[in-house]
Amino acid sequence: MRRETLLNAAVLALLLAVPLWAQATDEPFTITLATRAVILAIAGVGLNVALGLGGLVSLGHALFFGVGGYAMGILAFHAQSYTTLIDWPVTIEGTKSMPVIWLVAVLASALAALGVGALSLRTTGVYFIMITLAFAQMFYFFAISWPAYGGEDGMSIYVRNGFPGLNTMDPIQFFAVCFGLLLLVLLIVWRLSRSPLGLMLGAARQSEARVQALGQVPYRLYLTAFVISGAITGLAGALFADLNRFVSPTMFSWQTSGEIMVFVILGGVGRVFGPVAGAALFIVLEHSLGGLSEFWHIYLGAILLGVVLFARGGLYGLLAGRERAHD
Amino acid sequence: MTDPVLDIRGLNKSFGALRASQDIDLTLHPGEIHALIGPNGAGKSTLIQQIAGGLRPDSGQVIFDGRDVTGLSTAARARLGMGRTFQISALAMDYTVLQNAVLGALGARGGVYRFFRPVMRDADLLARARAALDTVGLTEFQALRTSELSHGQRRQLEVAVALTLSPRVFLMDEPMAGLGADGSRRLMEMLDDLRAQAPILLIEHDMDAVFALADRISVLVYGQIVATGTVDEIRANAEVRTAYLGEEEDA
Repeated sequence: MRRETLLNAAVLALLLAVPLWAQATDEPFTITLATRAVILAIAGVGLNVALGLGGLVSLGHALFFGVGGYAMGILAFHAQSYTTLIDWPVTIEGTKSMPVIWLVAVLASALAALGVGALSLRTTGVYFIMITLAFAQMFYFFAISWPAYGGEDGMSIYVRNGFPGLNTMDPIQFFAVCFGLLLLVLLIVWRLSRSPLGLMLGAARQSEARVQALGQVPYRLYLTAFVISGAITGLAGALFADLNRFVSPTMFSWQTSGEIMVFVILGGVGRVFGPVAGAALFIVLEHSLGGLSEFWHIYLGAILLGVVLFARGGLYGLLAGRERAHD
Repeated sequence: MTDPVLDIRGLNKSFGALRASQDIDLTLHPGEIHALIGPNGAGKSTLIQQIAGGLRPDSGQVIFDGRDVTGLSTAARARLGMGRTFQISALAMDYTVLQNAVLGALGARGGVYRFFRPVMRDADLLARARAALDTVGLTEFQALRTSELSHGQRRQLEVAVALTLSPRVFLMDEPMAGLGADGSRRLMEMLDDLRAQAPILLIEHDMDAVFALADRISVLVYGQIVATGTVDEIRANAEVRTAYLGEEEDA
């Protein structure tokens, strides 16, 4: 077996073993930490579609994370307060059903990515970074000043949303749901990266002139990737909100965008499983270093600096070597 | 004479005070290699960019297959059948040789917006890509990363990618630049056969190659075409001698 496949298996096995061990030793907090890692991994895998495959440095993915979170928050808020979401032209009520919430979160964040992408992708380089950041900040300040859904204080959802046949308040069962979704997302992105679209998108990242000479429009390729990327990150946002049973404007903040990017860079840009390793490492660092000092971000910064300077490929580049091109 | 595949009419392009293209008329007929020569800075690359769609001319028309394509994008022109090779290789350097060739076959066939089927398992695309690599003699290097190829091999791959497109016309921007004598000779033999498939507009510095291959030659000096004709006509042309060939002999 190749080293990358082995590493993939190891990362998933570890991510699965820790909460199972925690379940056996009755440590629910550890299960919650693992669930957090899994959810953030989904967000990172989403960003990696834009950043890794398409080379689109988006500093605004908190926007989609937040849209997913608020999709969950708003639907659940109306369900728990027995109010309708809208009355006209049709009556739409809130819901506590996870599958429905996921669907809404994915569609809403895909739509947001379509709008943001359509405008941002007209720019490149540092302008693209700035404009995606600006869009996310717009949503952040909008969320802060929207009193109907908690404004600055955010919204608490008292009971975790339901999944048919499961008790989602049980940490290990909610973990299982999130882990299942991570596997599904990984499968989709893995197939995408090997698909015709993935090949052409990667070529656009390396040489736009080439792709144009082949009759393709880079803008359209990028926009497709951006929408898929935003939708996946939106799904993670809905799960994150469900994990905390709390939604707040922080989900839209630029720090969130930065953290999602850190997962990708730590794990390995462009490697399908990279953000999973990155998010897991981030949680471990946050937990272990956070115990040492309130200012643990200093150490994270040092590690990040090391990765950028000495290990461009992140954890995956270090442990699995260069990415294999094809069979 | 048959209708030209490519018909450039009165093309003008200025960058500030610099007139890079001045009233350029140029035709490319089926079955021919039309070479475009000229000293550095004569505006050869500017011209090919206007033909391929990377630059919009200030005035004039590019007629391709009887259709005015002046307003179309590079991508649209490529889809109509313009197969271009680049002066400075524009290959996907992280990809393997085979992946670059498959990329070309994919561009030609369409169906790029498919998300789930592995593209490197597509027998149809692989067959097209391998045939093109075989033609240029890169078969044994197909699993190499493109960044690991020599300069000459990259040029060959540029041509192979253009081949996978089965274009109606080839636009080749200095395909032999930097090739050794051996590589040049091989590529010349290939281009010689290729003109039967689709006519070639060839920008080339290698005078021996141009005089050996071309059916017609146009000489571009300071943005103007000073002469167009057969190899013998160009050799005999006094204006060309002073403006271009003579200069080289002095140098």
